[in-house]
Amino acid sequence: MSERLTLITGRTRKQAIGMHRGKSSPEYLEATGFVEMNADDMERLAIPEGGVTRLSTADGHVELRAQVGELPRGLVFVPMGTRINALIGVETSGSGMPSFKGLAVEVALAGEPGGAP
Amino acid sequence: MSPVVENVSCPFCGCLCDDISVEVEEEAIVKVKRACTSGLGIFMDYDARPRRPLIAGREVEWDEAVAEAARILSAADSPLIYGLSSSASEAQRKAVALADRIGAVIDSTSSVCHGPTGLAMQRVGEPTCTLGEIRDRADLLVFWGCNPDASHLRHFSRFSLTPRGTLTPNGRADRTVYAVDVRPTGTAKKADHFLQVDIGSDFEVLTTLRLLVKGREPAADTVGGVPVARLQELAERMKTCRYGVAFMGMGLTMAAARQLNVAELFTLVAELNEYAKFSVLPMRGHGNVTGADQVLSWTTSYPFAISFARGYPQFGPGEFTAVDMLARRAADAALILASDPGAHFPGAAAAHLDRIPTIVLDHGPSVVAAKARVLFPTAAYGVDAAGTAYRMDNVPIPLKRVISTGRFTDEEILDRIIEAVE
Repeated sequence: MSERLTLITGRTRKQAIGMHRGKSSPEYLEATGFVEMNADDMERLAIPEGGVTRLSTADGHVELRAQVGELPRGLVFVPMGTRINALIGVETSGSGMPSFKGLAVEVALAGEPGGAP
Repeated sequence: MSPVVENVSCPFCGCLCDDISVEVEEEAIVKVKRACTSGLGIFMDYDARPRRPLIAGREVEWDEAVAEAARILSAADSPLIYGLSSSASEAQRKAVALADRIGAVIDSTSSVCHGPTGLAMQRVGEPTCTLGEIRDRADLLVFWGCNPDASHLRHFSRFSLTPRGTLTPNGRADRTVYAVDVRPTGTAKKADHFLQVDIGSDFEVLTTLRLLVKGREPAADTVGGVPVARLQELAERMKTCRYGVAFMGMGLTMAAARQLNVAELFTLVAELNEYAKFSVLPMRGHGNVTGADQVLSWTTSYPFAISFARGYPQFGPGEFTAVDMLARRAADAALILASDPGAHFPGAAAAHLDRIPTIVLDHGPSVVAAKARVLFPTAAYGVDAAGTAYRMDNVPIPLKRVISTGRFTDEEILDRIIEAVE
């Protein structure tokens, strides 16, 4: 079961701290390696807390652990970082700016909590 | 007792907090006071060990690295110079000089940050102010599509929400605070009022506010998920405040309509000055991204996305912006100055950096540095090098050298490359 939702990326405090430790550090990978979702969306898609979740766009896919976040239905949030870039297209509409926010993304459960993302 | 360097400026974000205290012991930083958790790592996680430059991962002498960098850039037909925003303005000027010398395209991290804000400014102007004015005078704050609670951690206490100023002696109690965003961020929770807009609807909401400020009635009851009655309330507060300020961020520049969103907000703010004093301030991310805009604008007339290929500066967002240059494989060599497009660009754009020779100047490890053909481990401005950076309100702030490591600065390396290119 999958559904098309809308992705936004953004800054977090932990992502900034992790950057100083290096982008291959455990702190950075943990800070950028999850997707926040609305609780109702997770229930509808049968995604448990910590479930490995596959996000796909025309440009690529990535698997991240899901966690409940304070988000309106239909919106998912991933901290900016190395993991999410595979999903972002290079179209900038003549501005230079890719769509880091408001990107249509297919979301589905890929594995149970405890499995490798 | 270890020497303490006072009034140090933190170069992490556009706040450039200049009240940091750094304790130094035998040229090592042992304690930092007043830095936020985002800025602390700039000092405490800094690897100050002396390092030599690398060519394809092999340690070499500085002369050899400079010669190899010059060879790559001289041989390239379409070199790209990118980054700039975590370096000092002294080095940014040298980057422009190098671009001019070799006919390169030069672009800063602005293009994936507030580039659309720059485009909006060119179209409708910028009703601006300083953070000091905001602290002392502003009684209405509107945070639109920005979340300083996560990105600029001392903004609230130093400049906006809580400080006591000349006309705001009671601090937080003297200010009314709105947050407008697509989700209830940390900033929204600190605000008095939160307007949750539907993703991609900022332009419509801003247009509706412009109508309401002018006393006209929109046909709908709800716009972009926000009841018009709540927008009416905000419009009235905007018209009757003593001094209002809108802060804006990536929620406007990265979402659909990009520069059109920003232009609509800037136009609203300009129009509000018929009723009250009102300003708008972009929340700038990298410590000296504002300086990159400043330096590029002084020297070329344009803030980012500039090509010197024809021997004079041409402005081309969407063409000379780094993501576009890399995505269509238009660059055949790249010099990356204090930035990590390998970590922050769309995958297909970053992948082109693996196909072309790259020269990286950076004070620390990064994705792009790990793959560099030539890596110059330079000093960090504000830590082991002095320089100048521009705060988000365009005020230049000196960056101190708090420890001495003997590392070359970005400015020195760029100078040597300029001398060496053909």
